[in-house]
Amino acid sequence: MFATLLIAFIVGGLICVVGQLIMDLGKLTPAHTLSILVVLGSVLDGFNLYEPLIDFAGAGATIPITSFGNSLTHGALAEAEKHGWIGVLTGMFEVTSSGISAAIVFGMIGALIFHSKGQHP
Amino acid sequence: MDQGVIYFPSKPSIIASGVVGGPLEKKSVFAADFDLLLDDERAEEKSNEKGHKQMALQACQIALEKANIKERDVDFLMSGDLVNQMTPSNFLASTLGIPYLGLYSACATSISGAIVAALLTELGASKYALAGAASQHNSIERQFRYPVEYGGQKPGTAQWTVTAAGYALIAKGQMNSPVIEAATVGKSIDLQQTDPFHMGAAMAPAACDTITRHLKGRGQSLSDYDLIITGDLAKVGLPILQECLIKEGMAQQDVMKIRDAGAEFYGDDQTFLAGASGAGCSASVFFSTILKGLNEKKYERVLAVATGALLSPLTVQQNESIPCTAHAIEISMK
Repeated sequence: MFATLLIAFIVGGLICVVGQLIMDLGKLTPAHTLSILVVLGSVLDGFNLYEPLIDFAGAGATIPITSFGNSLTHGALAEAEKHGWIGVLTGMFEVTSSGISAAIVFGMIGALIFHSKGQHP
Repeated sequence: MDQGVIYFPSKPSIIASGVVGGPLEKKSVFAADFDLLLDDERAEEKSNEKGHKQMALQACQIALEKANIKERDVDFLMSGDLVNQMTPSNFLASTLGIPYLGLYSACATSISGAIVAALLTELGASKYALAGAASQHNSIERQFRYPVEYGGQKPGTAQWTVTAAGYALIAKGQMNSPVIEAATVGKSIDLQQTDPFHMGAAMAPAACDTITRHLKGRGQSLSDYDLIITGDLAKVGLPILQECLIKEGMAQQDVMKIRDAGAEFYGDDQTFLAGASGAGCSASVFFSTILKGLNEKKYERVLAVATGALLSPLTVQQNESIPCTAHAIEISMK
């Protein structure tokens, strides 16, 4: 149990370190960094490398945004096997739809309840 | 006469000022000299931008009250801010009903306004003129970087936009008031710096040029001043300015006495990174603490140099460089 948590923490943390390095050393914006990590996850899954990482690190690999890229490729490949080329388009958002919908729904709830504010003393 | 240096023989005076700060600005080392510190960052208004305008309005009203002058007696209003198309200043002008020139020199607007006010006074066109600038943290962060609720990270060289407004009332030469003796209009200097989180470094060369040109034009040296203070170079930009002035051949002990409002504004609190910035930074400090020092005859001659980075969100996205400027006024008290 403790070993599982520790591995998840370290692997998830290392992915975040990569993101921080892209921002600090690459002088890129948070939006660039996010996109790069999504593409990275997507490409890794294309080479069948992301699933073994999830088997190894669990939540350490599924929580960071790279997992979203992994899901995009995963969905596209799965549907392509079933329906051919058109499946690449329909499958991409099949696995990721829960994440996208959750972002919209919770974003809306947050906007309804809260009023943005700056830092206070 | 040197390029961009102006003299005011009729001695336009700063007869009153109004400075308002936000809730976080209660932490400022200059807060004791502000006229009003708000408890609400939106000044009890619905939006950040409305609060921005309200804060500027309160600063103008305080300045008018101190001089016991009504809005209709003021001939000109010179105001600017950092929101797109300067809407807080436009709304401020429509509320006050004073003939208005909107000015944009980014964070150097406080002084560009004071220069125009002094010129109109010198010309005899203005009996009383209001000049100043304001910035409100949330609306300016949204304008130039990210909305505050996004929580974007900033590197240590970045600066913190202040929530503050400072307006000065400038009139024909009067006894017992600080006098604007001369001014130098800044060039727009572009040394191809492109990082919007590193503006102190981008602005320092502009301040260096303006100070050098002013001293040359006036036939003065740094030691002729009791105080030389820049607007918002902050902790990164100030040492660069000092290095630049030493290279220009100025004496090191005088150069090291130059102060920066942005570097001092929030003290050593690391929350505020390299220090304060924003159009309200120079406006609030120059028109409160510095003016008070002149009125109390703590200083006899001050060079107030407001610095501004002339970037837009679009030019940053297109990887353009950041041209910068610095405008200066020489204020004396007899």
